[in-house]
Amino acid sequence: MSRAATTAAARLVFRRDLTLAWRRWDEVAQPLIFYVVVTTLFPLATTPDLSQLRVISGGVVWVAALLASLLALESLFRSDVEDGTMEQWVLSGQPLGWLLLAKVASHWVLTGLPLVIMAPVVGTALGLPFDAWGALIASLLLGTATLSILGGIGAALTVGVRRGSVLLSLLVLPLAMPLLIFGSRAVGMAMDGDSPVGPLQLLAAIFFLTLSLGPLAMSAAIRISVEN
Amino acid sequence: MWLWFHKLASPPHAYRLLGKMAPWFGWPALAMMLLATWWGLVKAPADYQQGDAFRILYVHAPSAWMSMFIYVVMAVAAAVGLIWRIKLAHAAAAAAAPIGASFTFLALATGSIWGKPMWGTWWVWDARLTSELILLFLYLGYMALRSSFDDPQRADRASAVLAIVGVINVPIIHYSVEWWTTLHQPASVTKLDKPSIAMEMLYPLFIMIVGFQLYFGWAISRRLRGEILRRERNASWLKEGG
Repeated sequence: MSRAATTAAARLVFRRDLTLAWRRWDEVAQPLIFYVVVTTLFPLATTPDLSQLRVISGGVVWVAALLASLLALESLFRSDVEDGTMEQWVLSGQPLGWLLLAKVASHWVLTGLPLVIMAPVVGTALGLPFDAWGALIASLLLGTATLSILGGIGAALTVGVRRGSVLLSLLVLPLAMPLLIFGSRAVGMAMDGDSPVGPLQLLAAIFFLTLSLGPLAMSAAIRISVEN
Repeated sequence: MWLWFHKLASPPHAYRLLGKMAPWFGWPALAMMLLATWWGLVKAPADYQQGDAFRILYVHAPSAWMSMFIYVVMAVAAAVGLIWRIKLAHAAAAAAAPIGASFTFLALATGSIWGKPMWGTWWVWDARLTSELILLFLYLGYMALRSSFDDPQRADRASAVLAIVGVINVPIIHYSVEWWTTLHQPASVTKLDKPSIAMEMLYPLFIMIVGFQLYFGWAISRRLRGEILRRERNASWLKEGG
């Protein structure tokens, strides 16, 4: 199989998923609504005082983004495995990792990217200063992309499992903890007026590591799930 | 050499061999753990800062060490099982996970008990305790994934992928947590960070670590035998009374 064919196949997968999502856009909107609802819980649970909320705002935005993208990941591969599309991909002779990566990329465009765009709005509502917007957006861009791949591994492993969504969170959340640490720390440093470059670079390093090894793990997991 | 290796991977042979090996691990483990306990609790001098409270170190540090060691053992066994398709290696990974989780829990519990006299609270978000806690989550996730499949072969292979992903992530988690705590709290709680520990305090620690390792050998031999029995319950060699 030539490289051009692989790229074409990956692009087709990417476009197909975007089209499918466009036709059922209300499902795409659900994680975003969930995101806003979760962040509303924190002021209600603690205090309406913005100066106090500001201290935790970066962390709250990050935790809510983690939970919202995990919620959306559960169904990532399910329909394709159930209707046999995934078996065709496995048999197609194209590198499965690329196809899955294309699928994860389209998933990220549909769920990760809206979260990133929404984050400054939500953050401002929690008292996040304008100075920290850049760090928030940059850290969430890297973080949600990494999380999509990590979650893709988890979704591929749990695709044939009953009550997979709780299990998926149980598997992926511990692995996502470094992202949370660096991400919310970058926001915190920007709020304190420090340069957030250090944690952002670490986030980028984790992203590239996950990007290079993640597709291998994903395709291994999908093969296991599809074989029987 | 290869014949020996292949024989090792055959369930009846492994079952018999493990049965023979278990007491060779078990009795030395018991002896060394008793010796280290006596040495650590009675003979070793009290710490000049912490008094007798530091003696929980003799359980805490070896369990923390074992919790990470067993995770690596588990991931290596899982990788061997996945690459060479050796079912016995998968069985070994399955047998190791609960032991590792128990050691992790023991490390957390003893760390928390130690924290009470030292820090004045049961729990401090200290780098080590936090990464132990995340390690416990990793073990629990592994066992949850394994138990959620009906087909044992699929459970083996899926959880093997998870164990390998996990073992790559363990150092990242460890260093990120360390970075996180050093940013938040300057090194004031690192009183327990030892290095300058007296030699006579160290000997019982080494003995205890070796004892714990031997205990792990004993426990995994027993558990692996059980795992083999469960997986091979319909095999003919069992009916022959092998």
